[in-house]
Amino acid sequence: MDELTPEMKEKLKKLYATQRENLVKMKEEFLVKKDSYIASIYTCNSTGCHSGGAENVIDAFKESLEIYGLQDKVRMVSTGCMGLCAHGPLARVEIKGQKPFLYKAVDGMLARLIVAEHLLPALKALKEGKAENFEVNAFLKQRELSLDLPFFTKQKKVVLKNLGHSDPEDFGEYLATGGYQAFIKALDTMTPKEVRDVIRESGLRGRGGGGFPTAKKWDLLAAATGDEKFVICNGDEGDPGAYMDACILGGGAHSVLEGMMIEAYATGATHGWFYVRAEYPLAIERVEQALKQAKKYGLLGKNILGTDFSFMAELRYGAGAFVCGEETALMESLEGKRGTPHPRPPYPTEKGLFGKPSAINNVETLANVPVIIREGAKFFNSVGTETSKGTKVFALTGKVKHSGLVEVPMGMSVSEIVNDIGGGTSSGKPFKAVQTGGPSGGVIPANKLDMPICYEELKKIGSMMGSGGMIVMDQDDSMVEIAKFYLSFTVDESCGKCAPCRIGGYQMLELMKKIARGDGKEDDIQELIEIGSVMKKASLCALGQTAPNPVLSTLRFFREEYEALLKKDDDEEEGCQAALPKKTDKEESKEKPECATCSGCGR
Amino acid sequence: MTDEAALEQTRKAIQKWKKKRGSLIMALHEIQGIYGYVPWDHAKVVAEEMGVALARIYEVLTFYNFFKLESPGKYIISVCDGTACHIKGGASVIDAFAKHLNINPGETTPDRLFHMQIVRCLGCCGLAPVVVVNGKTYGKVSPADVPSIIDEWKKKEAL
Repeated sequence: MDELTPEMKEKLKKLYATQRENLVKMKEEFLVKKDSYIASIYTCNSTGCHSGGAENVIDAFKESLEIYGLQDKVRMVSTGCMGLCAHGPLARVEIKGQKPFLYKAVDGMLARLIVAEHLLPALKALKEGKAENFEVNAFLKQRELSLDLPFFTKQKKVVLKNLGHSDPEDFGEYLATGGYQAFIKALDTMTPKEVRDVIRESGLRGRGGGGFPTAKKWDLLAAATGDEKFVICNGDEGDPGAYMDACILGGGAHSVLEGMMIEAYATGATHGWFYVRAEYPLAIERVEQALKQAKKYGLLGKNILGTDFSFMAELRYGAGAFVCGEETALMESLEGKRGTPHPRPPYPTEKGLFGKPSAINNVETLANVPVIIREGAKFFNSVGTETSKGTKVFALTGKVKHSGLVEVPMGMSVSEIVNDIGGGTSSGKPFKAVQTGGPSGGVIPANKLDMPICYEELKKIGSMMGSGGMIVMDQDDSMVEIAKFYLSFTVDESCGKCAPCRIGGYQMLELMKKIARGDGKEDDIQELIEIGSVMKKASLCALGQTAPNPVLSTLRFFREEYEALLKKDDDEEEGCQAALPKKTDKEESKEKPECATCSGCGR
Repeated sequence: MTDEAALEQTRKAIQKWKKKRGSLIMALHEIQGIYGYVPWDHAKVVAEEMGVALARIYEVLTFYNFFKLESPGKYIISVCDGTACHIKGGASVIDAFAKHLNINPGETTPDRLFHMQIVRCLGCCGLAPVVVVNGKTYGKVSPADVPSIIDEWKKKEAL
């Protein structure tokens, strides 16, 4: 700013002061407005509920509120993920002085009923001073989803805290929930090193899978020199069956952007990049919006809020390649090329995107950063285990009763997550295993249910934290089938650059197919293990190094399922009878069904 | 729209990416956003405008699953085969669509009405198995539901 005249300097000073005042003003205006409502209806409009018809529900609510002239008295909020996706669309009614009431499986009709038979009488009771005595009628009660369920009470929400409680598009609301306080605190009162020290003290580790200490990565980037340095947010959530990052970004990208801005300040980065899957239109929309709002209110750009810190960020889409979740492949993709990884070193913090020092952090990692800076390292590291601090978000899916998005303290046992929070299997049949880490992870069998969830324990049993997919399987699920499924995914997604992954993966898959159709021999199992261990050692990137995990892990805990499928010399060509659903007489044909490898027949 | 006008539209659409570094993929997204796929003539426009070798563009288009080189037909049926959908019977739904439409995943019916593709996780695992047709989501789909889903869109077409 040296070349500026004193008048211009004065003008700029005023501008920055106004910008700061505006932030405070927006926050206060929001709070006043929120306070003017006597009730609120929060409807979940995240991926699951949206697909279930949440838009219709919101329209029906709005229409009904208008009919009764309540549109200015009741706040209608379309929120981010409320968590219990299995029972969506969800809607929560909050009336002053009364307990919040959550509805499940809401449709347009129920929405109208809620306004007429819950909201109206409740508001009347409120007016008459009898709010405490108000009871929801028996019919509506049938559609209640109790907020006292362990699903809600056993979670600890840090990253997801505001997701089901706020309007992701309302910048004022983000500010009112403490938004950008951490960034401003860092900017005004802390040196970059102090910021990194707090992150180090908090014990935050990468939430994308590997669990690399975040502060260490930031230190490396801070130490790197160059005219440009980059911070990159990895939102290329490719694990099939995991949608945490989609929901975090879709439920409000400001927390992630704020985390990125703090990282940039702490490391001296000049430019930030969001790399988000093209398959996530909502997440893309919200990131774009957050960037726009942050620019508008002076939080991105040159000399942010009158300090020496300048930073700009932009958004790029992925294009459907699982390997691009790997950091070196992601950077290739950001450069507009095929997403093929390259060997490290050089590490991205030395030579990354466009040859400049870069640090890549996962969405959830960045979303944790503002909370740590605002509330302090102690707030964060008082939760968790010795080496895994804080909370972790999981997409709890598969055959589990309360399928949804959950956030739990690190160190919680698998049983607590699956049985208490998840409510056990959806089929009521005995639980068999849970798969974590998606195509890179492995299974946790039923006899390890007491195992605490943390980076080290998962690694010990041949799985990994991964980005947070958690798939529950019951006794009907064949472990051979699930391992084959994951392997065919990674073989499909292998970029083909290095031979161990390209050839090894293909050969393993062929062996798996052979075993699954009942032609396998004992030697094939040994060969699977051998190829798998070579791939783990010799593959270029994490995709190939971890691709054998689902096979090796199921072999470790469910070897008998593989063995049962092996071809015995005296095997008669009977065909499988156990695997397939019972056919009706009409469908009965003489054709022998093909083995579906469920192992139900005991082979 | 004439061919020339369409090419001009593409030229305009990629203007904002021209000067930004590493933005080839974004330019291709822009084109697919307009046409539903990346027509080869338009890929050539990108090569000229952005100064990228056509071979490199082909490389990118074929590497990423998201990009299509051929018109995918009017109604795009995306059947999820993410893990949650898979263990709840996603594969049998794929088979049912294949049988009723008489096409394999990734193919288009001869009348160019339906295109079927397998996708990996749409982020609504609570509804597994999930099928999306032109933005409309069907949850908890069983193979028995498949004919009615196809009929629904055929009827829409007949209107």
